Amino acid sequence: MSATLEEILAQALHQLRDAQDLNQLDLVRVHYLGKKGLFTLQMKELGALDPEQRRTAGQVINQAKDQFQQQLEAKKDLLQNAALEARLASEGIDVTLPGRGQAVAGLHPVTTTLRRISKIFAGVGFQVVEGPEIEDDYHNFEALNIPSSHPARAMHDTFYFDAHTVLRTHTSPVQIRVMESEKPPMKVIAPGRVYRCDSDITHTPMFHQVEGFLVDTDVSFADLKGVVYEFLRAFFEKDIQVRFRPSYFPFTEPSAEVDIECVMCGGKGCRVCSHTGWLEVMGCGMIHPEVFKAVNIDSEIYSGFAFGMGVERLAMLRYGINDLRLFFENDLKFLEQFN
Amino acid sequence: MQISEAWLREYVNPAITTEQLVEQLTMAGLEVDSVTPAAAAFSGVVVGEVVAMQPHPDADRLRVCQVAVGEAEPLQIVCGASNVRVGLRIPAALIGAILPGDFKIKKSKLRGEESFGMLCSEKELGLAADANGLMELAADAPVGVDIRDYLSLNDNIIEVDLTPNRADCLSVEGIAREVAALNKMDWSATQVETAAVSHTDTLTVSVKATDACPRYLGRLIKGVNPKAETPLWMQERLRRSGVRSLSAVVDVTNYMLIELGQPLHAFDAAKLSGNINVRYAQTDESVALLNGQTIKLDNETLIIADDKQTLALAGVMGGSESAVTDETQDVFLECAFFTPQSIAGKARNYGLHTDSSHRFERGVDPTLQERAIERATQLIIDIAGGSVGAITEVTTASTLPQRSTVLLRKLRLEKTLGIAVENEQVVDIFQRLGMKVQTQPDGWSVTPPGCRFDIAIEADLIEEIARIVGYNKLPNSSLLMRSELGKASEAVLDLDRVKDLLVDRGYQEAITYSFVDEEIQKAVAPDDDLIRLKNPISADLSVMRTTLWCGLLKAALHNTNRQQNRVRFFESGLRFVNKDGNMQQQKMLSGLALGSAYSEQWGVTTRQVDFFDVKADVQAMIALTGADVQFIPAKHPALHPGQTAEILSQQGEKIGWLGMLHPTSEKRLGFDTQVFLFELDQELLLNKQIPKFKPLSKYPSVRRDIALIVKEEIAVSEIVNCIKDCAEPALQDIVIFDIYRGKGVEEGSKSVALSLMIQDFSQTLTDSGIDAIFSRLLETLTTKISAKLRD
Repeated sequence: MSATLEEILAQALHQLRDAQDLNQLDLVRVHYLGKKGLFTLQMKELGALDPEQRRTAGQVINQAKDQFQQQLEAKKDLLQNAALEARLASEGIDVTLPGRGQAVAGLHPVTTTLRRISKIFAGVGFQVVEGPEIEDDYHNFEALNIPSSHPARAMHDTFYFDAHTVLRTHTSPVQIRVMESEKPPMKVIAPGRVYRCDSDITHTPMFHQVEGFLVDTDVSFADLKGVVYEFLRAFFEKDIQVRFRPSYFPFTEPSAEVDIECVMCGGKGCRVCSHTGWLEVMGCGMIHPEVFKAVNIDSEIYSGFAFGMGVERLAMLRYGINDLRLFFENDLKFLEQFN
Repeated sequence: MQISEAWLREYVNPAITTEQLVEQLTMAGLEVDSVTPAAAAFSGVVVGEVVAMQPHPDADRLRVCQVAVGEAEPLQIVCGASNVRVGLRIPAALIGAILPGDFKIKKSKLRGEESFGMLCSEKELGLAADANGLMELAADAPVGVDIRDYLSLNDNIIEVDLTPNRADCLSVEGIAREVAALNKMDWSATQVETAAVSHTDTLTVSVKATDACPRYLGRLIKGVNPKAETPLWMQERLRRSGVRSLSAVVDVTNYMLIELGQPLHAFDAAKLSGNINVRYAQTDESVALLNGQTIKLDNETLIIADDKQTLALAGVMGGSESAVTDETQDVFLECAFFTPQSIAGKARNYGLHTDSSHRFERGVDPTLQERAIERATQLIIDIAGGSVGAITEVTTASTLPQRSTVLLRKLRLEKTLGIAVENEQVVDIFQRLGMKVQTQPDGWSVTPPGCRFDIAIEADLIEEIARIVGYNKLPNSSLLMRSELGKASEAVLDLDRVKDLLVDRGYQEAITYSFVDEEIQKAVAPDDDLIRLKNPISADLSVMRTTLWCGLLKAALHNTNRQQNRVRFFESGLRFVNKDGNMQQQKMLSGLALGSAYSEQWGVTTRQVDFFDVKADVQAMIALTGADVQFIPAKHPALHPGQTAEILSQQGEKIGWLGMLHPTSEKRLGFDTQVFLFELDQELLLNKQIPKFKPLSKYPSVRRDIALIVKEEIAVSEIVNCIKDCAEPALQDIVIFDIYRGKGVEEGSKSVALSLMIQDFSQTLTDSGIDAIFSRLLETLTTKISAKLRD
């Protein structure tokens, strides 16, 4: 009997060795350990033996069975690993191929610039307000202390619809509209399209401005300088030099132009800054008492500052764009550079 | 305004370089645009005198000259100019001289005759673009002196870009005042002597428009020499100020304009008849101007007339009839103060802009006229002789601008600037700017001079202090402001979120002009009432867009014409519609897609974008707001009648349109592919539902699929709405997963496969419960839209 068991074991181990895959291995397992398996049958035959013999014989069978089982597991691991290896090998792809699906596009550089400006000011509580683009003469000029005969009107090449209706030449009318409807304190920025009847290499008949203003008690020129200075450093993410030059706007007094150190040459002088080392980036000033008067704000109690900047100009300096007209051609080859 | 630095430094000469001077002006608000040398670089040229001259033995056109140049012996120089003659003083370039353009003068032989230099024209010295012969110097020009010194050519032309408030700086004296104040130096205006009257003739001046002309001074100067040459120094100063020399009398008036800022006009007295009248023009009166233009005047235009004719557009330009010519011997000199209000905008209305109108509309010092006419008289008789008549003056004191005293409070000054300024410094600044100052207990009372039209209120005085102290010396403060909590509205979706969604779905943002070509506008929205610009910049930018599609289509064409075969754009902005005479401005969000649905890529079959691709993008935007909208088949003039949906809100508000560009427009605009468009009203689109929580069901959900056969004309939305209208509480969701036409489905009908998700909140649904729901739904579907269950 034991010889037979040995034969079975030898044969079983031989078959394990020969098994080529998990299916064959399972057939071998069933052949020896299944309900009608050879080891199982051996165990069943123990019933005919007396208890003493049964125990001894049982131990022998179990040993053989254990040995088979160990080898079976080992072989199974081997085959499983081989199968996994084979699968991994067959599933390999060229990961350098591009991904599929809808490609992401991008925002217009003017929008990107406007968003950054808004974000910088929103951080200190400025609210974003928009206004109409077709404006009346009153909001665009009169209320801003620019009466009809004022020479400053010549500075604004205005598009007209009729004698009293214009395309706004700046975003400053939003200042009037907000001050008419709200009470100080106020901190507002007003971005948007503006229009001037002028078109050449450095002018497009439409462009964007951001107007900003703050009205409260005790607002000083020093506050204006501080805000503008900090904004420009935040916008260019650089400790750039900033200077304030006296200038003239009918709606501010004192008024200033703000120059920054040329971002192209670092102030050494180049074509972009006309070899001055400085670039004009915005106008600003303390809100004129006549403007406060037009909106019924008492300039003895309140003071405020306002500033205005050209968005395309800032975007050009930030991204090194050399032609203003590109902004409105909407050539994908241009726009996609800012995605 | 352009001036000579040397001229300026004659008034006030601070020990600073040109660069420092320019920086100082710019930082004081007189922005310097450019600094250019008064003459091109050259060296080795001196004043020479032709002392002897012989014809060249071998050349008819050349002369062999002996030229004195201040050395022991004259130099032999061969010259071909026609105006060379003995006794003439000319610029002589010596051996070793370098002329403009790096042209070196060497000893040479001209047809066998030695030449030790070159006699020069203005052109050769870079002083003029053209020249006709040698430059003729004055007979008393000092021989041997460097021509650069003699002509003061080591000078710079400074161009100042003045803001309209600084009329006081439109003269050399005005800028001198400013430079003196900035450098704390003294200066004095040109001293003027009163000319002795030597004849008794005068013209009567009658000023009718006293409001517009508060002061008018006139004087007759008789017997001037019409051939008198303007002296070189004056010609040079005028040239450096950008004014061409014309004739002695006209040059003097122009010189006054630059030196003092006072425009004068000289009439040929022989061409005047009767009185001088200063009045408003009559309607349809016309005048022939110096520039050759004849203009028709309106009755708000101030003119100068005699008893017979209109002589001049007051303060703007003289007339050609009464102009000074090279035969004029008797001159009537006008020196007036016209108010800024009377001149402002007038020149512009007639398409004119002159140095005179530029100054009058900004403000000429109303106290200047007497000094200016005396100075001009003196210069004219010095240059061209003549006898002087008495000044006729008409002044209306009541209409002359009065400079009122402005109070500056110390506290206000400090509060505005953020620093205290010493009393002495404040007083000093104001005095140097020509203002009268009185120190008051709490500040200063200040009276500006006649030349300052821009000082009327306290803030103006504060700016003067800030300007002279220097903006960059004033403090910067950090934001010391009340903070408020931010706002975070949830009822309106942020437009930025929608833009980002479109970007993520492959749409590039475009920004197009708000005014468009009427032709595109008409093609896209023929029925809209247009708003037209009165003064468009060009015909293709002449009407306001009533839809953003105009610009997007143009932008798309720009790209398809440049080998881009896939374009996806969106734009956010206003559209402008004339509605019952009101100009309406409506914020829109629009998009365009053409070309392949996806950019070309491996492993995906290329197909063209279609209605449903774009509809998915529109639905994705709407999904951000949580709104329930309807896409209704509709007609739009720009769109394909079979592929157009109008988008309506739950309340029936018109949110916008989605569809395919009409094939006719497609062809007309020049596309060779289908174009899909959408346009949504931002206000309606961005209305956001604030989410409202619904409890979750604990019971399992069941999916049941059904296929319904309906007539072709039944829209799928009708089926869905019909099911929704049944308001089965357990019905959670409906998904359309197939549309089938063909075998097994009758012609003219279609099969719509739907899956319904059913879930109850109070129990697990049984088969019989579900069957009951379905039979109720089917019954309604059959009754309302004749739907049949497909076997």
